[in-house]
Amino acid sequence: MIAILDYGSGNLRSAQRAFETSGREVLITSDFDAALNAEGLVVPGVGAFAACMNGLIAVRGDKLVRERIALKRPTLGICVGMQILFAQGIERGNHKGVGIWENTVEKLDAPILPHMGWNTVTANPSSLLFSGVENESFYFVHSYAVKKSAGECATFSHHGEDFLAAVEDGAISATQFHPEKSGDAGLQLIKNWISTL
Amino acid sequence: MTLSVRIIPCLDVADGRVVKGVNFTNLVDAGDPVEMAALYGREGADELTFLDISASVAGRETTLDVVRRTAEQVFIPLTVGGGIRTVEDVDRLLRAGADKVSINTAAIARPELIAEIADRFGSQVLVISIDARRARTESGFEVTTHGGRESAGLDALAWVEKACELGVGEILLNSMDADGTRAGYDIGMITAVRAVSKVPLIASGGAGALEDFSAALDAGADALLAASVFHFGVHRIGDVKKHLSKNNYSVRNAHTA
Repeated sequence: MIAILDYGSGNLRSAQRAFETSGREVLITSDFDAALNAEGLVVPGVGAFAACMNGLIAVRGDKLVRERIALKRPTLGICVGMQILFAQGIERGNHKGVGIWENTVEKLDAPILPHMGWNTVTANPSSLLFSGVENESFYFVHSYAVKKSAGECATFSHHGEDFLAAVEDGAISATQFHPEKSGDAGLQLIKNWISTL
Repeated sequence: MTLSVRIIPCLDVADGRVVKGVNFTNLVDAGDPVEMAALYGREGADELTFLDISASVAGRETTLDVVRRTAEQVFIPLTVGGGIRTVEDVDRLLRAGADKVSINTAAIARPELIAEIADRFGSQVLVISIDARRARTESGFEVTTHGGRESAGLDALAWVEKACELGVGEILLNSMDADGTRAGYDIGMITAVRAVSKVPLIASGGAGALEDFSAALDAGADALLAASVFHFGVHRIGDVKKHLSKNNYSVRNAHTA
């Protein structure tokens, strides 16, 4: 079973359906134990960093993510669900994140923001997530991002400057783009993640 | 790595059916929105937009159902506009499966709505839809309401600047002069709006020839919305993408094109 963590953020319905295309059962839940014990946990996220982080803490999602990592249980952060895994975000003030990785989530330096639409990535050669979809485009919508490498396997994209498009680091992975909104390429990436469960 | 330009088919939806009028009159029924959305997804659409033109509450409920069914089968971003007046309206649409909402008249009547939506859900969910036409205002463009029949008494560029300040994530610029004519996007208007805004700009209204699409990008649009040329099969999305690619614009691979 795959759990999608419901902490009051965004369009979870299409995420649920996208993960269901893998044939797995997908549960939208804010229950700590259900999310802890799921084979795979998806941490979605839209909106501002601080609002998202507050929502996460309200369901003890920060503790949940740390425990899952300690138990080596696959966990995938998406969009702001990726950003809040870092040490801090500077969107509308300086805010603490879960702190799995050290870096800061900063505003992109680009003429047009948000970075909205389909962009390609430079897939890390050791990436499992991008296997078979290395050259495809994925759907991004964000103004903030991490600009330095993190974790065992970092994949970058570019909008105005290079930024982290995905991190694969043992049991925890994260994408700045929305695989559930990235058409067939996104569904393949989801399948690749599910194959690690 | 380059951000691709986006091709966005727009489906006008009333009471659960797709309609598209020429200058918003003479509505013609062009099919089931969910089926058409799935078809456009397969054809390589980069996003989809539903504009709800239902006049009744029951019609809007039907639209929520259309959004739900679409979000279950089509895994590309979906924007929904039409009749959105409150933060609660936005919440309902996002929960139904919309990724973005576009607001228009309600923001003209009460600009704070922009900040309210952006604060709650983030700017990235919010598209300001502006129906503008050429007029003797300061910039030469004015905002209209009622499908272009009435002036809103607002200069279009001043409105763009204000909406950006209040926190919109994207601008959908619809030329009411060009809408439905297939005579080309209003290039001057796109150029003018681009010059005063730093959020993504979607050009809308007037798409006819393939050259119209590249001309709008040349003028500074980031995305291109079109309705009737796609609905009536004048062009397929793949044809537009091939044309843009030939003109050195980055397009997402349309696998089925």
